[in-house]
Amino acid sequence: MNDKNNLLPSGLPRIESLEMRGIVKKFPGVLASDHVDFDVKAGEIHALLGENGAGKSTLMKILYGLYQPEEGEILLNGEPISINSPTDSLNYGIGMIHQHFMLVDNLTVAENVALGLKSSRGLRLDLDVVSARILELTEKYGLNVDPNAVISKLAVGERQRVEIVKALYRGAALLVLDEPTAVLTPQEVDDLFVIFKQMVADGHALIFISHKLHEIFALTDRVTVLRDGKAIGTVQTSDIDKEGLAAMMVGREVVLTRERPPVTVSEVRLKLENVDAFNDDGQQILKNLSMEIRSGEIVGIAGISGNGQRPLAEVVAGLQKISSGRVLMDGNDVTGFAPLQMINAGLSYIPEERMHDGVIKDFSVEENAILQDNVNAPFSNGIFLNFKVISDHARRLIQDFNIKTPSRETPIKNLSGGNIQKLILARELARDPRVLIAAQPTRGVDIGATEYIHAQLLKGRVEGLATILISEDLDEVMAMSDRIIVLFHGQIMGIVNSDEITAAELGLMMAGEQSESAFIE
Amino acid sequence: MSENLTMAAIILGILHSGIRLATPYLFASIGETISQRAGVLNLGVEGIMLMGAFFGFYATMQTDNPWIGLLAALIVGAMMGLLMAIASITFQAQQGISGIGLFMFGAGVSSLLFKTMVGNVVSVNGFSELTFCVSDMLCLSEIPVLGDIFFSHSIVTYAAFALVPFAAWMLNETTWGLNVRSVGQNPEAVDSLGVSVTAVRYAAVMVGSALAGIAGASLSISLLGLFQENMTNGMGFIAVALVYFGSWKPRGVLLGALLFSTINALQLWVQVLDLNIPSDVAVMLPYLLTIIALALPFRRSMQPAALTKPFKRGEN
Repeated sequence: MNDKNNLLPSGLPRIESLEMRGIVKKFPGVLASDHVDFDVKAGEIHALLGENGAGKSTLMKILYGLYQPEEGEILLNGEPISINSPTDSLNYGIGMIHQHFMLVDNLTVAENVALGLKSSRGLRLDLDVVSARILELTEKYGLNVDPNAVISKLAVGERQRVEIVKALYRGAALLVLDEPTAVLTPQEVDDLFVIFKQMVADGHALIFISHKLHEIFALTDRVTVLRDGKAIGTVQTSDIDKEGLAAMMVGREVVLTRERPPVTVSEVRLKLENVDAFNDDGQQILKNLSMEIRSGEIVGIAGISGNGQRPLAEVVAGLQKISSGRVLMDGNDVTGFAPLQMINAGLSYIPEERMHDGVIKDFSVEENAILQDNVNAPFSNGIFLNFKVISDHARRLIQDFNIKTPSRETPIKNLSGGNIQKLILARELARDPRVLIAAQPTRGVDIGATEYIHAQLLKGRVEGLATILISEDLDEVMAMSDRIIVLFHGQIMGIVNSDEITAAELGLMMAGEQSESAFIE
Repeated sequence: MSENLTMAAIILGILHSGIRLATPYLFASIGETISQRAGVLNLGVEGIMLMGAFFGFYATMQTDNPWIGLLAALIVGAMMGLLMAIASITFQAQQGISGIGLFMFGAGVSSLLFKTMVGNVVSVNGFSELTFCVSDMLCLSEIPVLGDIFFSHSIVTYAAFALVPFAAWMLNETTWGLNVRSVGQNPEAVDSLGVSVTAVRYAAVMVGSALAGIAGASLSISLLGLFQENMTNGMGFIAVALVYFGSWKPRGVLLGALLFSTINALQLWVQVLDLNIPSDVAVMLPYLLTIIALALPFRRSMQPAALTKPFKRGEN
């Protein structure tokens, strides 16, 4: 509407172009940015795509003034600028939506927006002035945010809109969006994309960071792929397909589709009957949960983060007490079993927080490979460890699971996320379990390792393993699972066959809509 | 009849002492509240109070002006806070440990300086108790009951009570207060908006410690008018506990301080009156109360989320 003088709806000038040239950033032992060129223009969404550790975040942190590059320059509308702190970048009109919400939970929306800004009343806060301006902005951009709401009471989709308001309030003409959809439902993602497209149409410039290929295609105009700190190439999104982008990311051809060969599903391995559980604060975290997992099937658990997935995994692993109901393994009542008893009953568990619950960071690869089994033969005779057997075991796992590590004695924390996850998977499968719980097995894991982990899970399925796959990645759940259970507020919203449901239908259930037709046993 | 009178006098005495004794607790725990709201647990309050008590006392002794004593205590307190801030914010030391170090440093240095610079217990002319005389004939302190309880304290005690609404206003209504509250809750968010987490935390710790210094001086130059080694006798630690008791809110801290000091006064009277309760039990009362209060689980949810966590950019 302000075409004449090139103003944005917020009343501030546009950023016509922003260019990063030859950016070099070194960290001890790593070249995080290796002569990277990148640019974005007003009215376009430019995607930055790459694996974890490819250098996307580093590049954006340089743009936002959180890191200083060793070499290279940044040009704003053709003029070189220097950005030494977030304050500088905000002054230039560069805003950032971070991967994790940068909100103070116990404050209101207005307080979060006012944070760090000069007040029109000097020392005293001017929250009423701030609120009025927020309402003005939300109306212009269709954001629907209540300035007086406390953040902790807002849904994640609303919190994301607060982040956008915060950036706009500070006069952002260019917005860096660092994986903004990670915690949203498919519907919330759609709503957010509508907002982004409107912002671009109004003359904003957006940089969209993601590793979700379908989002790149749904939203962006151009895409730049980073790998190992280098810019591999920049292409028009319309000129390339998913396989092409994945190959650019990984550096080789990758298989994106998952084949689930038909298998005969047999006996029930794990059964939950009317399970209720409460957390330490007395809140109910699982409500009347009943399910069956059979030999030879992968059952996916879909849901937005924090809707009972973790308690469910922990109940089965023996880490979370239940207040009523029963847990059965192979028909035996294992309710209230301790973790070790569950392991002895045939359970393997890949925990969600792998660095925290899955490995001991400072222990070697070899030691981590026998966690939980260290007291058992053949690794121990009850008193002493048998180091030869332990070494052989680790060597075999490293080889069989293609784990990249300098040596067996390397502390596990020095491995990449994908390789750590492969070791955990190797350890858990080596125990020859009857039931496997895989919680977020590929979160933060590169495409190559994801491909490998999926192949192993599918191999277990053919061999008769009963697997529960908990994931927030809907694509993963749909591709890998035979049946899908949707959790919302600790309750089952539906149990569906994965071949008979769309992502949109799952999304509705994830948002709490119970579908009657969805209960298929 | 006379028994009733004695009883009334005792109750009056307890209430008067309760308000009086709340003074050091209020300064110290309001200061600690500010520090903790910014995410820094300062366990060194006891040591800072001892330093404040000594320097307040010494400066008063030298100049005969308690205001200069108060200023000295404030500056020494802030300097102690600077030490704490350097250790726990710049060098990211464990807050609990550096606080205990600060306590031992303050206790040791104040004792040493007292021995070398003063030597024996002497009294100084500190702040005197006000009488609120409107004219020669009419003094508010002379009003029966009310005068005793409310209108016969020193200016320092009134300042301690005035600090409560002022601190609440600072925390809730000013831009600096918003920074403090945010830094204690989610420092990453503050950093991402271009506000220096380090600067906000330094300021909060130093303001809090300056108040702890004044708390010490309120003992030595207002309540007692003398200095003794280790004269705070655990008050600094109680002040830290009062912050938890008060759910990190100045008003809650006020309630805790009053409850605590009143029970303390009660305990003193139990000892004086030689009642049929062993004095050890009476002495235990305030501490028992602290433990019970801290065990109440609902208070913990009010705790600043980033309390005791050093902030380092880029580490989530």
